[in-house]
Amino acid sequence: MDWGALHTILGGVNKHSTSIGKIWLTVLFIFRIMILVVAAERVWGDEQDDFVCNTLQPGCRNVCYDHFFPISHIRLWALQLIFVSTPALLVAMHVAYRRHEKKRQFRKGDQKCEYKDIEEIRKQRFRIEGSLWWTYTGSIFFRLIFEAVFMYAFYFMYDGFRMPRLMKCSAWPCPNTVDCFVSRPTEKTVFTIFMIAVSSICILLNVAELCYLLTKFFLRRSKKAGNSKQQPNHENKEETKQNEMNELISDSCQNTVIGFSS
Amino acid sequence: MSWAFLRDLLSGVNKYSTGIGRVWVAVVFMFRLLVYVAAAENIWKHEHDEFQCNIKQPGCKNVCFDHFFPVSHIRLWALQLIMVSTPSLLVVFHVAYRENREKQHDQKLYRNPGNIDGGLLGTYLISLILKTGLEIVFLVLFYKLYNGFKIPYLVKCNVKPCPNTVDCYISKPTEKMIFLYFLVATSCLCIILNLSELSYLIFKYSIKCYLKRHMKKQQ
Repeated sequence: MDWGALHTILGGVNKHSTSIGKIWLTVLFIFRIMILVVAAERVWGDEQDDFVCNTLQPGCRNVCYDHFFPISHIRLWALQLIFVSTPALLVAMHVAYRRHEKKRQFRKGDQKCEYKDIEEIRKQRFRIEGSLWWTYTGSIFFRLIFEAVFMYAFYFMYDGFRMPRLMKCSAWPCPNTVDCFVSRPTEKTVFTIFMIAVSSICILLNVAELCYLLTKFFLRRSKKAGNSKQQPNHENKEETKQNEMNELISDSCQNTVIGFSS
Repeated sequence: MSWAFLRDLLSGVNKYSTGIGRVWVAVVFMFRLLVYVAAAENIWKHEHDEFQCNIKQPGCKNVCFDHFFPVSHIRLWALQLIMVSTPSLLVVFHVAYRENREKQHDQKLYRNPGNIDGGLLGTYLISLILKTGLEIVFLVLFYKLYNGFKIPYLVKCNVKPCPNTVDCYISKPTEKMIFLYFLVATSCLCIILNLSELSYLIFKYSIKCYLKRHMKKQQ
């Protein structure tokens, strides 16, 4: 069980995401999780062993380390990545639920069902419409909130994003004020800034995706409103419906299927 | 043999679960297993080396560490994860038994061997009760062993061979406490999910039973 399992779970969600969502997922895996596992963990690996204090007093080093690092950067990033990935699970669950319903329809032998076999249902890609739109938008919203909360927590806990070389500690049992030296401060600062930069990029991507989804939603709504205003005639209603259906069928490619009609 | 085995096991169980059961599996994966492997394990990695006592007496540090940490938090956490996931195996075994029976008799005995009805419902309910019980047992164990969910930064030790009372300092107590609270919170969430699933199933099937009886009476 490791980040690979997360990759498998989220990879499934990738199929039903927008293009911006796919970019976000790529950035998440390559520039955050991979960097965390391959590089950052090594940099912080010896953080307590090489945290040296200028005193022989036993216990002083432990206490000072605990005072300046209530929760290590690396653990905070790991938690941030886990929390930020979790909303995508909501989308995965919703898609799985829809698939389950379609499979049930198919098994009942419903004539309305458009599929030829169960494999088609398994492979199909759902469009982001109807209730799936709400789940997807909600998941992006939560992602944004989690990213922002963790960035703020980081800034608040460590007074900015720089790792100082020297910390002055006067917690008991250290006698007087003691100089404590952090290991690899420059390398840690570089990685901290890198991770913060990529977090900001992810926030921007999420905001862009949210705007895109909202714009699409309002455009679709105004189109529908416009269409209904132009044809108030009751006799033409069936024709309009047929036209819409034909449009929708011709729009969607082989592998996409229209979701639940609202 | 590693956590991947548990992951595969839980994925298998997912097939026969209700909706709430699937949410429970997702919570166990993301917030317990993944956090354990990706973050928590490393915090407790060098806990013995980093445990420092203000004394040069040989053996005193070892004895004090053993006195204050009979079983390490991280090992209890791992045991809890394993024990809590295991009752789901009962459901898998029961379904396998049903499928085996169908094969032996060479006829369709059940509408769908994976459907939660009849005997399988009983097994499912028992697995839920066991899961909840084990979660509570481990939470109580944590509480009793460590006097609440606090981790002090200093413990005073006067076990032989330490002469007099000796100050011993625990490493990373704040970080350990944060993750301990996280563990407790996720355990409580899982208990709530199990209890809601239990009530949902009992409610659903009592209504079903009642309606069946009602229809029979009408006929």
